[in-house]
Amino acid sequence: MSSPKSLPTLRARGAPLASSEAQRALLRSLPIAREFDDALGSPLRAARIDVMQINVGKLCNQTCRHCHVDAGPDRREVMSRETMQLCLDALARTDIPTVDITGGAPELTPHFRWLVEQVRALGRHVIDRCNLTILETPTHRDLPEFFAQHRVEVVCSLPHYARLSTDRQRGDGVHERSIRALRRLNEVGYGDGRSGLRLVLVTNPVGAFLPGAQASLEAEWKREMKQRHDVSFDALYTITNMPISRYLEWLESSGNLKRYLDALVAAFNPAAARGVMCRSTISIGWDGTLYDCDFNQMLEMPVHASAPRHVRDFDRAALEARTIEIDRHCFGCTAGAGSSCGGATT
Amino acid sequence: MHRPHYYDEHDLGRFGEVGENAPELAKKFFDWYGAVFADGALSAREKSLIALAVAHAVQCPYCIDAYSKDALEKGSDLDQMTEAVHVAAAIRGGASLVHGVQMRNKANGISM
Ligand code: SF4
Ligand code: SF4
Repeated sequence: MSSPKSLPTLRARGAPLASSEAQRALLRSLPIAREFDDALGSPLRAARIDVMQINVGKLCNQTCRHCHVDAGPDRREVMSRETMQLCLDALARTDIPTVDITGGAPELTPHFRWLVEQVRALGRHVIDRCNLTILETPTHRDLPEFFAQHRVEVVCSLPHYARLSTDRQRGDGVHERSIRALRRLNEVGYGDGRSGLRLVLVTNPVGAFLPGAQASLEAEWKREMKQRHDVSFDALYTITNMPISRYLEWLESSGNLKRYLDALVAAFNPAAARGVMCRSTISIGWDGTLYDCDFNQMLEMPVHASAPRHVRDFDRAALEARTIEIDRHCFGCTAGAGSSCGGATT
Repeated sequence: MHRPHYYDEHDLGRFGEVGENAPELAKKFFDWYGAVFADGALSAREKSLIALAVAHAVQCPYCIDAYSKDALEKGSDLDQMTEAVHVAAAIRGGASLVHGVQMRNKANGISM
């Protein structure tokens, strides 16, 4: 392992894998035992839409080495207020219960707070995918109170309860700032199991291996986070690293790519495939384009042509009848216990 | 077949081939092995760290590879894994040293 450091985004470096076509071509170039559609046996179809996931942009205060978005401080793609309004109009026409806001660091997008307030005014549950360190920046220090006021579920990434493993993946000092932010969330009532202010931690492997069993890791994390850091939380999600974007670049440059893809293919689990998040989620990009999931979004694979492809044409029935666009990266969702935005799928 | 080394990492994936002879014995071993590493009074993560330490004590490169990966997958970090290796090393070192008492007994027994 190399020492903790973060690289600029693929985009800023002009790296070949900055292009989604190059990422897909690299994945396609590897010999593997079988393709994802062969493993599935039948086409993957949407079941319903329980979650509207809105990716409000690629702007981020961090440049984590495993980022599947290639997010960073240099990225300028952020959702306009007009596009947010189109998402709200679509939401208002349905009873989709949950809006999951992600990025980048979604809180950096202008109008982020307005979006949260509008979704809450429609009576829907809001999830914010938070990188924690954003809560330590001067302009965002009041976010814990804002989240509590609007009863936002906060889902935070923290690769490991130990400092070194976190800093290796996310940059020097990230662990310490993350722990401080978690304590402040605890102070306003998050994670005590009684307030209803739900605080979830998300862990993903720091390297080329699969995550462990979610339930036993959660018990251990709860104990360690309390003992080491005096932090409480409600649930732990384990998420498998997707072989795309900056993580794909790291896999290739560290000589792990073939082995990792083989491990994902070998660990294909039909039960995990039944629970993949694309079957119950619609993912909206910063420009309003509709995708099956955040990963397809980053690979620029919009929803099947039989369904509307922009949020302004949102048609729930057509979207719920769509076939999901799949490729080799989908093995990342179906390996072992499965992986989705809500953690293991089995 | 000429093989340049006694140990080849790909051989780990061929472990199951030992079942091609004496399959009943192999089955007993693999069933038992699986049961040993399941969550029990010790968590699967703790057992994985013990396995990693033992792998160093018996100096099996296959087991070191397998349980380095397994320990990470089960959520251990490099600090915990390094301490496990120190436990193995301390027991190995201590075990040699404590036999020094046997040496002393023997030496005293045959010395004037
Ligand atoms: S992984 Fe999250 S916090 Fe890290 S750079 Fe990507 S979007 Fe930002
Ligand atoms: S990568 Fe996206 S489309 Fe593929 S299985 Fe996972 S959620 Fe579904």
